[in-house]
Amino acid sequence: MPSHDILIIGAGLAGQRAALAAAQTGSSVAIMSKVHPVRSHSVAAAGGINAAINVADDWRSHAYDTVKGSDFLGDQDAIEIMCSQAPAEVMHLEHIGVTFHRNESGELDLRAFGGASMKRTAYVADITGQAILHVLYEQLMKHHETVDRYEEWFTTSLLQDDDGRCCGVVARDVRTGRMETFHAKNTILACGGAGQAYRPTTNALIVTGDGIAQAYRLGAPLMDMEMVQYHPTTLAENGILITEGARGEGAVLLNSEGERFMEKYAPNKMELASRDVVSRAEQTEILEGRGVGAERSGIWLDITKVPRKRTLEALREIVNIGKDFAGVDITREPIMIQPGQHYIMGGVKTDVNGATSIEGLYAAGEVACVSVHGGNRLGANSLLDTLIFGRRAGEHAAARAATIGMPRATDAQLREDSATIDAIIARDRNGSPTRPRRVSEIKQELGDTMNKYVAVYRDQGGLEQALEIVKRLQEESKSAYIDDRGTVFNQDVLGALELGYMLDCAQATVVAAIERKESRGAQFRTDFPKRNDEQWLKHIDISINGKDPARPGGGGVGGPQISYSPVTITQWQPEERKY
Amino acid sequence: MAEINGSPPGAAEKFTLRLRRFDPESGEAPYWDEHTVELEPHRSVLEGILQAKALTDGSIGIRCSCRAAICGSCGVRINGEPGLACHTHLDHARASAAADGVIEVEPMGNMPVIKDLIVDMDAVHWKKVQRVTPWLIAKQPVPEREYLVEKEAMVDVTQSMACIQCGACVSDCLAMEVDPGFIGPAALAKAYRFVGDPRDDQQDIRLTDLAEDPQGIFDCTHCFKCVEACPKGVNPMGQIMRLRRIAIGDQKIVDKNNGERHEAAFTTLVKDFGLLNEAELLPRSYGGNSWFGKFHPAAGKVLLSLLGVTVKAVMRGKMSPKLAIFGHKLPKQDLDAVKKIYEKIESREERYELNLYITGYDEPDETPVPVAAAASSGEESPAAPDTEGSAN
Repeated sequence: MPSHDILIIGAGLAGQRAALAAAQTGSSVAIMSKVHPVRSHSVAAAGGINAAINVADDWRSHAYDTVKGSDFLGDQDAIEIMCSQAPAEVMHLEHIGVTFHRNESGELDLRAFGGASMKRTAYVADITGQAILHVLYEQLMKHHETVDRYEEWFTTSLLQDDDGRCCGVVARDVRTGRMETFHAKNTILACGGAGQAYRPTTNALIVTGDGIAQAYRLGAPLMDMEMVQYHPTTLAENGILITEGARGEGAVLLNSEGERFMEKYAPNKMELASRDVVSRAEQTEILEGRGVGAERSGIWLDITKVPRKRTLEALREIVNIGKDFAGVDITREPIMIQPGQHYIMGGVKTDVNGATSIEGLYAAGEVACVSVHGGNRLGANSLLDTLIFGRRAGEHAAARAATIGMPRATDAQLREDSATIDAIIARDRNGSPTRPRRVSEIKQELGDTMNKYVAVYRDQGGLEQALEIVKRLQEESKSAYIDDRGTVFNQDVLGALELGYMLDCAQATVVAAIERKESRGAQFRTDFPKRNDEQWLKHIDISINGKDPARPGGGGVGGPQISYSPVTITQWQPEERKY
Repeated sequence: MAEINGSPPGAAEKFTLRLRRFDPESGEAPYWDEHTVELEPHRSVLEGILQAKALTDGSIGIRCSCRAAICGSCGVRINGEPGLACHTHLDHARASAAADGVIEVEPMGNMPVIKDLIVDMDAVHWKKVQRVTPWLIAKQPVPEREYLVEKEAMVDVTQSMACIQCGACVSDCLAMEVDPGFIGPAALAKAYRFVGDPRDDQQDIRLTDLAEDPQGIFDCTHCFKCVEACPKGVNPMGQIMRLRRIAIGDQKIVDKNNGERHEAAFTTLVKDFGLLNEAELLPRSYGGNSWFGKFHPAAGKVLLSLLGVTVKAVMRGKMSPKLAIFGHKLPKQDLDAVKKIYEKIESREERYELNLYITGYDEPDETPVPVAAAASSGEESPAAPDTEGSAN
């Protein structure tokens, strides 16, 4: 049975950064991912990474912009840590090989990004996430003797000992179907968000809320789950992302009347207001009949304002996306976009070291909620979040590992998970009296439901309807059938497990959205259209009782419970947000 | 414009996909499996496969994730050509299909198949990447802030950084098909990413290593397959050629594989005769770059070893004894023109290298560019025309 001081689940930026940081301390480290690390969704981050590295800039300005972007729901102690450590982190990336673009003096070039009071986004063309991810993987290849890699291993459960501590995982080798128990003094979840609970979404097919749901099922509280970011510029039919870098370089948004409508909503920052503001503005234009396209459901993004040479050099990827996925030459004509699900600010609640409420369990990146993004994440802060808190989780977990012995776990969970998988594979499409559905059908209905009721504009009626549907889908998923009966690369059965994770995440999101009776950041309630600091300047935590039999209602029973935690305010008092 | 991309997307049409299936647990040989899907023509082959998976057969095996040609998971062969399933439109795929219009999707080549369209990239591709010391060996001391490097240098290596490790180039590399040990296009493009990086301290060691390896940079046969295969315009063969030019031209590496001598013989022959003289090429590559090369024992050895092939070629009419002995002849004015090309290229102070991200001048009819900016852009990219950018 493999044993490690630190086992990291997920090999995107947060996971790889955590692995490298932990390995530096001499701990025994392993990183596990259901896909090859370079396929992780961090690869899709396009625009850049924020850091106050310009000598005229100050990390406090970055922190204030982040606090304001979060609609004052972000925890300011965590934001201060992230922003003050950002310049050193970006320099570290530069030193290990990231090919950041330079200015004429050979220093890192910076581009403008949404919600930022000055240019502070370092970038590699519009493949920044890919460049950083691949460079971190280069480092993992360099340190292959000190970091074990379990590539294409799917984690099925987190393990918990009798004292409630997390002591490893059960995982399935995707290639062979073999199940294995992994012991670990510390487990770090770094396996991303849950965007596939929406349809369409900019998120990759692998982003299915695995880690969030697994921690939730163990009893860890989820925080800020109602805060779901809609990105202002996604392709209408398939949700593919057009980077905010386009607007950073000067592209503008136009409605059907050719009007640069952001003048009405954010007269100062215009297209570079925070994402929640821009997406809402677009949605308002569309709802009021000024959308473009046959169904008037889109908005023009006009990139022709950017000099062609600059576009080809710095926005190469979206030139290709326009050509390949929309048939548009963005250097010569506008492209039709619309707001689309992009990011979840919420996740497993952690402290500033990535520690969750469960001893031995850490989380970093989109799976976690520190909370540095609060009600709305600024563009180019997500890469920063993954790296800063990935590193901190790795370091902190390594320090903890030095003080404790290796826990021993039994194979009980492995047997349970194997039985679950066998049962899913054996499900009969005709056998049940309730006429079972395909897993793919349920997933599609979930995505459509979330995108209809839990999107840019929300209200009580719609949210309650969404909750009903999610609950019904949870029931239906228990008998949902698949086709693949094999063990080698049975993606079908993993899809059934992922569906369960997405449904858990969706339920937590809807419950929290119903609970928050105000409008803040990404949560806009048409029935409560104002921000209400008096009652709602607080985080909503959602938890279930988990598996701890000692706790009342333990053993995984009982619906979501709601509690609150305070927002940490250090130096910036809430004020009205204007862009 | 509004009519073009604002109109409703083309109505859904029926497409038939013929998928190469292989179930390693069945003990059966691979087989073909057809699925008909209904999608708009500009949707991707991947979306077609995902529809078949969702509606009829969830057991179809294909790696995929981002759907936007950035994660590199869904490398396959479509109608025999390597590429990303998410990056190939259904209507284009149908147009390139056989007469029956059925789109054939197979796993990539040069790598063992695990299941259906899924190949073992670790066994081939990632081993080769690991071979090229794929991490920066940074110049010391490490500065407190960033390394100061030229803007152009970073943009330049961004082209090889843009590789998404999908394996499409590996799939159809002809040299690798013949010599599975060849480091190959993707890994060598990765190697250029460090050799071209001004922060790296071991360019000379890297180049010597790759030149001396019999399966290194001189094992490439210049067939352009990888250039065509790459969905990201990385131009792997171009990166290999740059490695060669730096190894030979700048580092003056003379490798034991005769790679450098072969290139020298090649260019000298074309310069002197205007066309390649195949019969002279090998003797010169092995025996020395002059007419006397053929008398060197090393040349004799290689000529002797090729005797069988030569005889066969002559007998089948692929080679005439006259051509073999005297070579091609060009009229004088043509030969002079060839020589002029050499003079022009050789008189340049710096080599011009084409790069995807450095795409030349803004066209004059574009958005007016401020005079200063236009001037500086001219300096930045002296001669790189737009060919490479528009070709992919």
